Amino acid sequence: MEVKILSAKFDIENSHKLEVAKEHGAYATLEKLFAMEPADVIEEVKKSGLRGRGGAGFPAGVKWSFLPKDTGKPVYLAVNSDESEPATFKDRYILVRDPHMLIEGIIICCYAIGCHDTYIYIRGEYTSQVRILQQAIDEAYEAGYLGDTVAGRDFKLEVTVHRGAGAYVCGEETALLESIEGKKGQPRSKPPFPAVVGLYDCPTIINNVQSIASLPFIIDQGAEAYTAYGTEKSAGTHLFGISGHVEKPGMYELPLGLPVLDVLDKVAGGVWKGRKLKGVIPGGSSTPVLTAEEAKTATLDYESMAEHGTMFGSGGIVVLDDTVDIVALVKNLIDFYHHESCGQCTPCREGLGWMLKITKKILAGGGSSEDIDLLLELCDNIEMKTVCVLSAACTMPVRSYLNKFRHEFEAYVEKGASLQAAGIQG
Amino acid sequence: MSDRSQLIETGKPFKFDAERDAEFERLVKRYPTRESMILPALWLTQEQEGWVSAEAIAYIADRIGTYAAKVFEAATFYTMYHLKPMGQYHICVCRTLSCWLREKQNIIDFLAEEIGVRPGEISDDGRFSLEEVECLGHCGTAPVVQVNGEFHEEMNVEKMKTLLAGLE
Repeated sequence: MEVKILSAKFDIENSHKLEVAKEHGAYATLEKLFAMEPADVIEEVKKSGLRGRGGAGFPAGVKWSFLPKDTGKPVYLAVNSDESEPATFKDRYILVRDPHMLIEGIIICCYAIGCHDTYIYIRGEYTSQVRILQQAIDEAYEAGYLGDTVAGRDFKLEVTVHRGAGAYVCGEETALLESIEGKKGQPRSKPPFPAVVGLYDCPTIINNVQSIASLPFIIDQGAEAYTAYGTEKSAGTHLFGISGHVEKPGMYELPLGLPVLDVLDKVAGGVWKGRKLKGVIPGGSSTPVLTAEEAKTATLDYESMAEHGTMFGSGGIVVLDDTVDIVALVKNLIDFYHHESCGQCTPCREGLGWMLKITKKILAGGGSSEDIDLLLELCDNIEMKTVCVLSAACTMPVRSYLNKFRHEFEAYVEKGASLQAAGIQG
Repeated sequence: MSDRSQLIETGKPFKFDAERDAEFERLVKRYPTRESMILPALWLTQEQEGWVSAEAIAYIADRIGTYAAKVFEAATFYTMYHLKPMGQYHICVCRTLSCWLREKQNIIDFLAEEIGVRPGEISDDGRFSLEEVECLGHCGTAPVVQVNGEFHEEMNVEKMKTLLAGLE
């Protein structure tokens, strides 16, 4: 089931070094790229159907075409390497095992959108990763792939790495821009969208690492080679991160569209310890959970996940075995989002705190049935009433657990203990 | 960790050493505004001193040419900046979803027993500090621990024991 498009060089020793990467084809697309018109590059990326791989899934080529023309201002590219959505750990592999694929992708994107200054925003926790990435950038400068000219062409391109410092919200694109500007990471109101008013008030494109790293293949092999993988509306391949209760957790590159359960069994070795499946979180902790029953019909693509009332998200799949205490899991999730709220909007800053308190009360055996309803009501009163979607990233999954596993919350209310501890069969 | 609203004075002036000074000058040219240097300058400070003091905040503001309040605001917002000295070995254990599912609590409990430190605390001898942190992006090899920034994957109590024994 696995394919090697983005991960083609991942298993080669020292693939992060320019010399090795070049032996395996790095920067080979540049000749073809510079023979194309920028508009044709955008067209090719549109045709490839490449969708933003950060989680939102917005078509990359379409995003680029929102840039206003001839504003007299510089255009910026910000590469989102914040990768902080729980259960997401794919971009890290690109940074460490094939950073030159990312740099080549940056060159392609910048040529297409007329950008000469790129910032790679990398989360502060990625310590060894940032070192390897910076070494690769330094090597690319020395070899003439970055700087005043790119591969001998009259095209200037500067790439600067900007380190975050432990704020999940900076994965939100406008918080990311604020953070590069030296401010605390509080998202901006939109519109205006960053393509019009972005970094330093200039037109800015923000793309995820994996999206950018997909470009060399698309330009080299053509859009059709890319759409040969995946489904009609979910083209290409994706680096999936599978974690939680499976025998073989890890990062796997797969074409989009495969059945969830096939992937769990055949790629990830099945549910660990011979246990049964309780649920699957399809694409990072903010995506609503699928029950084991729902997972039977779901496939790993944008349209199937939407049909199942959830989202494809970031490709971070979490497997839950039948021993998981859903109420405790929900507490863990709310704790995360409450801690990471930037504090700007009251419904998020205060509301997630209330949700945490109520969930803790239920866990301690002091909750009532009304508390479960109150949690649902809070979800409705918080969601989409804030500047960014951080609060929704909490309420959407929490609502799904409340609706699909309500009996587990009721066990705490009635028996003062988890379903498992109370000996009730789920 | 814990209280992030107070700055601590060392009573000594702060400045970048020669290496950090050069790095500051290299980086400042990469941005169109000097205020973009707030986060990088805080990182340089922490690399040099291990934490960020009141004097360092004033120095960075002066060096950049901005208000100390702006530097203070960033230093308190971003949780990786330490506003007090940490232990010689700063241990971060991921507490989020996948690490939680794969029993990170065993590691926390073990550390409480072995080195007498709970999340948010620094050991009396200053050797260890422990922090529970949010998702570290290593969910496929959970649970994951960072010691002074270095990742240790697929951790368990046995491996944690070995890791501690290997520290000076």
